[in-house]
Amino acid sequence: MNRPAPEHLKKTARGEPVTLLEAISEGLFEEMVQDDRVFLMGEDIGVYGGAFKVTRGFLDYFGDLRVIDTPIAEGGFTGAAAGAAHMGLRPVVEMQFMDFISPAYDVLTNYIATSLYRGAGPMPIVVRGPVGGGNRGGPFHSQNVEMAFFHTPGLKIVYPSTAYDAKGLMKAAIRDDNPVIFEEHKVLYRAPALREVLPEEDYVVPLGEARIVREGSDLTLVTYGAMVHKSVEAAVQLEEQDGVGVEIIDLRTLLPLDEDAIVESMKRTGRVLIVHEDTRTGGIAGEIAIRLNERAFEWLDAPILRVTAIDSPVPYAGSLEDYFLPQVEDIVTAGRYLAAY
Amino acid sequence: MGPAALSLLPMSDSPIAGLDRTQLLVLYHSLVVTRAAEERLEVLHKQGHVTGEVYSSLGQEAGAVGAAFALDRRTDGTGDFLAPTVRAAGALFLFGGELVDFFRQYMARATGPTGGKEASVHWVDFQKGIVGPVSPLGTMLEVMAGITLSFKVRGEPRVGIVFYGDAASSTGAWHEGLNFSAVQRCPLILMVEANQWMFSTATTMNTRVQSFTDKAAGYGIGSESVDGTDIVAVYEAVSRAAKRARAGEGTQMVELSYYRRLDYVQHDPQESVDPDELAMWEGRDPISLFERRVLEEGWAEEPELEEIRGRAEEDCRLAAEQAVSEPVPYGPEAVKGIYTDTVTPHPWTRTDEPDKRATSELKT
Repeated sequence: MNRPAPEHLKKTARGEPVTLLEAISEGLFEEMVQDDRVFLMGEDIGVYGGAFKVTRGFLDYFGDLRVIDTPIAEGGFTGAAAGAAHMGLRPVVEMQFMDFISPAYDVLTNYIATSLYRGAGPMPIVVRGPVGGGNRGGPFHSQNVEMAFFHTPGLKIVYPSTAYDAKGLMKAAIRDDNPVIFEEHKVLYRAPALREVLPEEDYVVPLGEARIVREGSDLTLVTYGAMVHKSVEAAVQLEEQDGVGVEIIDLRTLLPLDEDAIVESMKRTGRVLIVHEDTRTGGIAGEIAIRLNERAFEWLDAPILRVTAIDSPVPYAGSLEDYFLPQVEDIVTAGRYLAAY
Repeated sequence: MGPAALSLLPMSDSPIAGLDRTQLLVLYHSLVVTRAAEERLEVLHKQGHVTGEVYSSLGQEAGAVGAAFALDRRTDGTGDFLAPTVRAAGALFLFGGELVDFFRQYMARATGPTGGKEASVHWVDFQKGIVGPVSPLGTMLEVMAGITLSFKVRGEPRVGIVFYGDAASSTGAWHEGLNFSAVQRCPLILMVEANQWMFSTATTMNTRVQSFTDKAAGYGIGSESVDGTDIVAVYEAVSRAAKRARAGEGTQMVELSYYRRLDYVQHDPQESVDPDELAMWEGRDPISLFERRVLEEGWAEEPELEEIRGRAEEDCRLAAEQAVSEPVPYGPEAVKGIYTDTVTPHPWTRTDEPDKRATSELKT
C-alpha cells in the first residue's frame, strides 16, 4: 500500500506536536500499514471514525475488511477477535467506552486469557478504549477498568500518561503476542499541555517497564494515567513549600507490574505513596503495598499510604465528581504527612 | 484405519447419498469407534483413572460423524475448521483427533495435547482444523465467527462448523456470536445438538420455540432441521449448508433432532427421564439404523461390520492402555505458559526468603 497517509495522521512526519489521541491514531495507523495482519473492529469506528475519532480516515485508507463496524456486541466481536487471532491475524478491538467492556469480560478472562495456557496458542489482541473521569460522563462513561482484569493471569494491562508513551506502548501492545487491555484517559486525549513532538522514526515503549517521571530522595510516589499529571503538580508544591523531594514513578504498564522499579526507588526514599484514580477497595495500591511488604519491609520508614477515588460509582455533577476524584490537595496532604512521619 | 482393505462386494444400484462403499464403511467405522471410545472411557472412569467427569454422546453419534464427513478435512492447516462439544467426539476423530489424545486428555496426562492443563475434548490442533471448546457456553460461536471471518477476509473457500448443545442458545454469547457472524456473512455452520436436555432441565424450560430453526429466522440466516439419528440425512443436510456457506451465502444452521440417552455426566442419576421416552429413542439408535441400511442395501455383510467393530474396540483398548501408562504432569509445570514472554514466578513462600536489609543499611 503506497498511498499517502491522510494529512491528519502525518503530523509527526511534518515535525508538528501531537496530542495523546493523535499519538494513538498514528501508532495504530503505522502498525496497520506495516503489518497487514493488523485489523480493527468496534462500534462506529469505520464510517464515523470512532466516538473520539481515533480511527478517523482509517476506513477509507484500509477498506472494510480491515476496519470493521460491528453490532453493539462487545462480547461477540471480542470473541471473534479471538478466532481471528487463532488464524494469525492481529485484531485491535475498540470499546467505545471502556465501561462497556463488561459484556466481553467472559470471553476475555475465560477464553482469551487462558488460550496460551490451554495449549490453544497465543492471543495477539489489543482491546483499547477511553477510560477515566473528569469529563462529567457519569457512572457509565467514566470508569477505570484495570482492576476488573488485573486479577486475570494471561492478560497485560497498559495505561499511558503521555503522547510519547501512548504511541510507543500502542505499537508494543500490537506487536505483543499476549492479549493487552489498553486504557486511554479521555481527559488526556486532547489535553493541550500533553502535546509533544514525537520521534519521526519507529519506536516502541516496552511493556512492563515503569518510568521515573522526576527524581526525589524523600518520598516515592507510584502512579499512572491521568494521576501522573496531578502528582507532578503536587510534587512541585511539596518541593517548593515543604522542601520534600518526591520521586514519581509512572507505572505505564500495570500488568505485568514493574515491581523492581518501585522497590529500588523505595529503598532510596523509605517512604511510599500510591496514587490512583480508580476506586479505593481492591485498587492497585493494595497489591503494591503487599508486594513491598513482602519484598522490602525493612526499608520502610513510614506506612505506605494511598490517595484514590472514593468507593462509589462515578457521579455525574461536576461538584460530586470533583469530590469523588483524587485532587492535587489530597496528594499534597498525604505527602506532607509521610514526609513528616 | 479406514476399511479400504476389505474385500469388495457387488455395488448396489442406488448409492446412498452418492457415497461409495468405502465412504460408507468409513462412516460406520467412525460411528463405532466413537461409541467404543466412550465405552472405554466409562471403564477407565470406574477404575479411577479419569481425573474429572466423563461425557457421553450415546444416541448422538450420527450428528457429529455425519456433519464432519460432509466437510473438507485436511491435515496441513488449509481445510475446514471444527469446534466440537463433549458430545461431538465423533467429529473430532474424523478431523484427525487421535484416540490416545482423547484418553490422555480425560486422564490429565502430561503427554496429552494440553499437558494436563485442560480436560476432555478441549484441545486444539490448527493443522487439522480442530478448535477445542471451552466450558462457558456460546463462546465458541463467537470464536468460530472470528475464525471464519478470517476465511472471508482472506478470500479462502473454507468453512467452519460449530457444535453446541441446544441450551447454549439461551446465552448472550450465542446471540452475539451468531448475530456478528450473520451480519458479516461468515462461512460458518451452526450445529444445534437438540438433544432435549440441558443438564437436568428439559428444553421446554429453556426456550419457547418448537424448533431451533425458528431462531435462525431472527438472524436472517439459512437453516434446516434434520433427524439426528440418521447419519445419511445429517451428511446431506450439512453438505447443503457447507455448499451455501462456501458459495458466499453466509452463516447457516442445522438442527440435529435427537435425544441424550445417557445422563449429563457419569454421576447424574437421570431421575427426570421418562422410561418410555428413553425406550423409544433406544429403538432409534443411530448405529443400528445405519447398520441395518448398509446390510439391507447390500453394501456390506455382517462379518465385515463385525470386523470393523472389533478393530475399533481393539484400537480403543490399546490407546487407553498407552494413555494409562503415561505420566501426569510435574507440579511446577503449573506456572509455565501463562505468557509468551514473561515467566510467572513462584511465590517466595515456595522458593527463597524475601531479601532482608543489612544491619549496616538501617537508618538511625
